[in-house]
Amino acid sequence: MADTKEMTTAATGALAALTAALTRICGASNVITDPLELRTYECDGLTSHRATPAVVVLPGSAEQVAAVVSECAAHEVPFVARGSGTGLSGGAVPHSEGVLIVMSRMRKILEIDAVARRAVVEPGVTNLAVTEAARPFGMFYAPDPSSQVVCSVGGNVAENSGGAHCLKHGFTVNHVLGLEVVTPAGELTWLGDGTGVVNGYDLLGAFTGSEGTLGIATKIVVKLTPAPQAVHLVLAAYHSMEAGGRAVSDIIGAGIVPAAIEMMDALSIEAAEAAVHCAYPEGAAAVLLVELDGPAAEVEAELATVRSLCAAAGAYEIRAADDPAQRARIWAGRKSAFAAVGRLSPAYIVQDGVVPRTALGEVLARIWELSQEAGIRVANVFHAGDGNLHPLVLYDDASASETEAAEVLSGAILDTCIAYGGSITGEHGVGLDKSRYMPKMFTADDLDTMQLVRCAFDPASLCNPGKIFPTPRLCGEVPGHRRAPHPAVVSGQAEIF
Amino acid sequence: MTSSRTVSADSLAAACSVLREGEAGDEIDGVVPAFVASPGDVGEAAALLRAAAAHDLAVVPRGSGSRLGWGVPPSRCDLVVDMLRMDAVVEHAAGDLVASVQAGARMNHVLGVLAASGQEIALDVPGTATVGGVVASGLCGPRRLRYGSPRDLLIGITVVRADGTVAKSGGKVVKNVAGYDLGKLFAGSAGTLGLITQATFRLHPLPGARAFVSTTFPADSGLVASSVAAAANSPLVASAVELYRPVPGGPVSVSVLLEGSRDGVAARAGALAELLGGSVSGEPPTWWPWGIEADGGTLMRVSFWVSALATVLDAVSAAAVGNRVTPTVYGSAGAGVLYVGLPPDAGDVAGFVSSLRLSLGGPRGSVVVVAAPAAVRAALALAGGLFGQVPSLGLMRAVKDQFDPGHRMAPGRFPEGI
Repeated sequence: MADTKEMTTAATGALAALTAALTRICGASNVITDPLELRTYECDGLTSHRATPAVVVLPGSAEQVAAVVSECAAHEVPFVARGSGTGLSGGAVPHSEGVLIVMSRMRKILEIDAVARRAVVEPGVTNLAVTEAARPFGMFYAPDPSSQVVCSVGGNVAENSGGAHCLKHGFTVNHVLGLEVVTPAGELTWLGDGTGVVNGYDLLGAFTGSEGTLGIATKIVVKLTPAPQAVHLVLAAYHSMEAGGRAVSDIIGAGIVPAAIEMMDALSIEAAEAAVHCAYPEGAAAVLLVELDGPAAEVEAELATVRSLCAAAGAYEIRAADDPAQRARIWAGRKSAFAAVGRLSPAYIVQDGVVPRTALGEVLARIWELSQEAGIRVANVFHAGDGNLHPLVLYDDASASETEAAEVLSGAILDTCIAYGGSITGEHGVGLDKSRYMPKMFTADDLDTMQLVRCAFDPASLCNPGKIFPTPRLCGEVPGHRRAPHPAVVSGQAEIF
Repeated sequence: MTSSRTVSADSLAAACSVLREGEAGDEIDGVVPAFVASPGDVGEAAALLRAAAAHDLAVVPRGSGSRLGWGVPPSRCDLVVDMLRMDAVVEHAAGDLVASVQAGARMNHVLGVLAASGQEIALDVPGTATVGGVVASGLCGPRRLRYGSPRDLLIGITVVRADGTVAKSGGKVVKNVAGYDLGKLFAGSAGTLGLITQATFRLHPLPGARAFVSTTFPADSGLVASSVAAAANSPLVASAVELYRPVPGGPVSVSVLLEGSRDGVAARAGALAELLGGSVSGEPPTWWPWGIEADGGTLMRVSFWVSALATVLDAVSAAAVGNRVTPTVYGSAGAGVLYVGLPPDAGDVAGFVSSLRLSLGGPRGSVVVVAAPAAVRAALALAGGLFGQVPSLGLMRAVKDQFDPGHRMAPGRFPEGI
């Protein structure tokens, strides 16, 4: 006990010194210590995990970020970077004794090189802002997470964000070609040079999707994509999920890779209808949205094939839209689904499992069984093209037993995804929320090997600690030769038995 | 020495059923390995690396062997791990557009299996190359513009670490962000981090039709550059935009590959031919580089932002004149990658490389010598080496130290002896 008290006093002292240093670096107006203000940063888009940071700092430049991180490293205080705070896995949940580094002041689009198809942006720039800046040049930024109006490109890099259109266009990691980063030691360096060619190890690829655990991106070079000549959206309504699933398989089997294939079940359609009056066909047990984009000559041919395959699979109504306003109206139903489900239930869990596309039918049937057994409703909205399910588990958070049952059901859905050879997360990340599921998907050796990368970048385990991995690896540990307690042990994130 | 060699041989033989002594044909730039082992499965591969670790043996993984002469030769090599016995297509889930393949499988075999379902791994690499070799070398060709390099198509990987630990990351679903992506790190790692035993790729449907739109420009870098950019940035969606200049300062040929449906490709090719002033053919021009080869000479890779293409072309021509060499320039101009090839007896190659680095040096590109004869490598050792300036070397060294603390995996292959 005496040791603990001593350590706490030491930590408080370090924090006071650190706060003074942060104020020198960023100015008093960009350092937050007021307890009430600090609480506004206690969670990200996943509100079930919360921690109030010891101090919040809002740097205005890469050099300031580097100086802030250097100070954290020198004082051995953990730090967490935060973008727009829209993440859904608790990846930006602060450390209660650490510094939260908020990147939202760094939101300049520094350069658009339309000839090279590149944009250079600061991490706080929103995803959609990149596309808007590229539009006058006839280009767009392809990764489009549903939160693209507010989510930051820096956050996208941390999470390797996807979106409805990554089926064809790829993920953030396929579109980020250079990063200026601050390492956990506080050094500014470049990973990748924007060319797409990496000499030496592909640290750029390893960093992207590392959920803020390997450092903080301060400049981002992204690839821009020529805007498609033609875009067509097909809506097909079915009396069963199986029939809709069959259409998906047939489209892929025909050698067509649509920009997006989305599916919604009756419950999510009902919710969307109530919320945005999307006027999807009445009585649909499943609605399929298939978006085709590309050269006009290709899209026209694909459109005819997709329509006939949708009909052959048993669609009782098919609509097609090519003008942007019509497409937006149809997409509104899909895009509102998460929020709309809030009307059906006081609380809900958004899951993010992935299964091989060909197993979708069986997995949906299993989710239905699990839902019936638990007596808890599940609405299904998913990226059918790549097998990424977003089951929404609906429950009443006023009831402790129902809350627990919902969590059990949510976990059982992930178990099902793993059993079918899938993944516990397709795009939301592991963060704080799913680290306990990692050992179900990976062996201890797999996780140990991944953490070698962590040890190379952040041996002191100060950068967004406690995320992704259920048990931190003690870096540089040689059995029988431990010299001093590991910082992760000292800070209480790890214990040695 | 002999006794320790005998002990090593015994323990390697216990680990792997197929083991022999190294022969002249196994030589890597003058170094003949003591042993060549061919594991039949991941268990044998792991046992082999455990035995190698116990006896402090330097290990070089080998697929078809076609790229062993590329880059810096390993500073030592006691054991070559030949992967050709691990050649199975483990799973081809056609409905999921995914395939898992053992590292020793040759690409032509794999592509044959996939083609039966109308699918492919969209990399233009030699058919005799192995999957593991392709991934470890980061090999790709013209269609990198559309599909990227191996790291972009790899969705899961199994590796054996230097100490024999078997580890995997990713999986067999395309969309997956659980955990760090070790595939990114191992792609292009040239055997320096561990042994790749299996890889899972996302596949693409084989295109129903293809067309090449080709044209030749007089020696006007600006015109070439604007045409290349117009093709690469066109919503007609080019799969590749390649360039070929056989004589420095001479005419430049450009050819654009379009893939898609028969009618779609015909219409797009017509529109692109009009845009570029070129002609349409179902076959590539004779110079089209399906595979990148050094042919015993020096091969350089110049990467750049496409907006700098004219500068790059002019810099190569100027450096050629200044150093009295006559390089051939070709490659994926639309993707910002050009290869510059020189024959074995080219003259002052190191001077040429230095001139290029001087004029193109900057944060947005690099001039890397991917393969060179020993004499050229020796001359380059005093002039920036094969890699020139590589940023983030400290982090790379840290990664190497974590994965291979004994520096036994293909030691010395990478920048600064990594």
